[in-house]
Amino acid sequence: MAGWLAISVGALYGCAFYMLMRRSMTKMVIGLILLSNAANLLIFVAGGLTEAAPAIVPPGAYAPEGLVADPLAQALILTAIVIGFGVLAFAVVLIHRAHEVLGEDDLDMLKDEIE
Amino acid sequence: MIAVLPIVLPMIAGALSLVFWRSRRSQRLLAVLGTAAMAAAGVALLAQVQAEGVVTVAAGGWPAPYGIVLAADLLGAVLVLMTGITGFAVALYSLPTVGRGLENAGYYPLMHLLLAGVAGAFLTGDIFNLYVWFEVLLLASFALLAMGGERAQMAGAIKYVVLNLVSSALFLTAIGLLYGLTGTLNMADLAVKLAAVDAPDRVTVIATLFMVAFGIKAAAFPLFFWLPASYHTAPVAVSALFAGLLTKVGVYALYRSLTLLFTQDPAFTFGIMQGVAAATLIVGVCGAIVQTEFRRVLAFAHIGQIGYLFLGLALYTQTSLTGGVFYLVHHILVMSNLFFIAGIVYGLTGSHRIDRIGGLWKSHPALGLAFLVSALSLAGVPPFSGFWAKFILIKAAVLSEAWGLVAAAIVAGVLTLYAVMRLWNEVFWKAAPDTQRGRMPAIPPVMGVVVLALTLGTVGIGLVAQPLWALADAAALQLLDSDGYISAVMEGAP
Repeated sequence: MAGWLAISVGALYGCAFYMLMRRSMTKMVIGLILLSNAANLLIFVAGGLTEAAPAIVPPGAYAPEGLVADPLAQALILTAIVIGFGVLAFAVVLIHRAHEVLGEDDLDMLKDEIE
Repeated sequence: MIAVLPIVLPMIAGALSLVFWRSRRSQRLLAVLGTAAMAAAGVALLAQVQAEGVVTVAAGGWPAPYGIVLAADLLGAVLVLMTGITGFAVALYSLPTVGRGLENAGYYPLMHLLLAGVAGAFLTGDIFNLYVWFEVLLLASFALLAMGGERAQMAGAIKYVVLNLVSSALFLTAIGLLYGLTGTLNMADLAVKLAAVDAPDRVTVIATLFMVAFGIKAAAFPLFFWLPASYHTAPVAVSALFAGLLTKVGVYALYRSLTLLFTQDPAFTFGIMQGVAAATLIVGVCGAIVQTEFRRVLAFAHIGQIGYLFLGLALYTQTSLTGGVFYLVHHILVMSNLFFIAGIVYGLTGSHRIDRIGGLWKSHPALGLAFLVSALSLAGVPPFSGFWAKFILIKAAVLSEAWGLVAAAIVAGVLTLYAVMRLWNEVFWKAAPDTQRGRMPAIPPVMGVVVLALTLGTVGIGLVAQPLWALADAAALQLLDSDGYISAVMEGAP
């Protein structure tokens, strides 16, 4: 399981950087989305996988029984997903606005203009 | 509990600004009061850290290493104080410059949020919490940079946003790998556990990821391209705020992580940092020499100065870290002041292009003097603050017998002098071209007072360098003695 996940993490990073290096602004944002998901999945795998053992404390006990999955890694991912969602929403609005102002999807056309 | 105030105060001020959304006057008042309170909290925190050593607060009462701990050592406290001072200066400077449009669009709440994020990054003792603060300040900076939505701003904002998001993703990747390796996120606990980990290659990979991620934030060679593409597009008060604080967060994160966490293979990490320092010094200053836009010259000079901050870290001795901390304080003061002056020059002349403006020495000699003092201080001419900062760093390089770095630091200093004198000649000394048409008739008193205060600050540090030197020396000692930091965090305050 971890092996397959590791391969998909690698594939996600690869696709993300490929998309980021394209000229199109839209593809660049898709690259950012892939990149943030790749990082989230990486935390999930690197935190160690424990299958079918949720970290739930049974009623009346103070600690879960036996080996359970690490809840902290999942909490981190949850935080990162929320942050990533906010930031990417901003990025989407930004390229929409940029497209309105510049009338262009090609990053090479973003020339510096000096007043 | 003083350690939480520099984070909480701007958050309260920002929240209240949102409550008074329709009242520009209340928002302006809150901006000044909130940042003044933050600066005061910074003074109180620094005093407490000086008296008691590392100050820690366990958020929510969860003890380290399980909960999130705020830990202020001298470096963090000094930087928080500088954040408060810069924030206060920017708030005052914003009053006459920002304009109704941006104020109605939520300029002040975003400014408070940015300050809270910066203070949080300087104070947190938890690596994932550092990521969260980075995102808080980034999101505020994105909005501040893109406000107004003009053509040039869009181009700058896209480069800024994308490169910073890539940096954040790399940082998050490194945190994930680090957590997988050690099972902890508390920085003090990480330092202990990393020392016991027997996987040097994996630690090296993580350290490299950290260096790349923070190198992008700090605008180090070869990762600095977002900075000159974006800083000059924002409103001037925002440029000054960014130039004073944002790259310093990246530099601080490198100081913290390389002195506390990744001390296993110093030859590798600090070897890379030395190369980066030298290249950043030379490339940044060379960029400053060829630019023709006032704020872009400053942006490249700013990158060159980051090289000095890296130099202080890369040599990793008591003297060099002292120089680095001293340089941080000097750099924040002088760089924001130069951007403030650039804004006044724009108001008086109507252009940022140095070939289209001139003659300001004749009409505004006091402004010329303030620029000259800050510019010479930036270049490291005595008796201003930059001289002592560069002196300590170059002395450290000589003591470490790093002759290449000595040469790079001196050459960069001379070239900086050339770059700022070129600005001086073009903007102040040469005759004003006929086409020059100002937008404001005179310098508003508030702007003049801000520039005067910061200029006096750099002169004051230059003339009486001993107190700041002693402070920087003590901060460097704390950075080298990571056991003190670790035991303060792990034993913890209630």
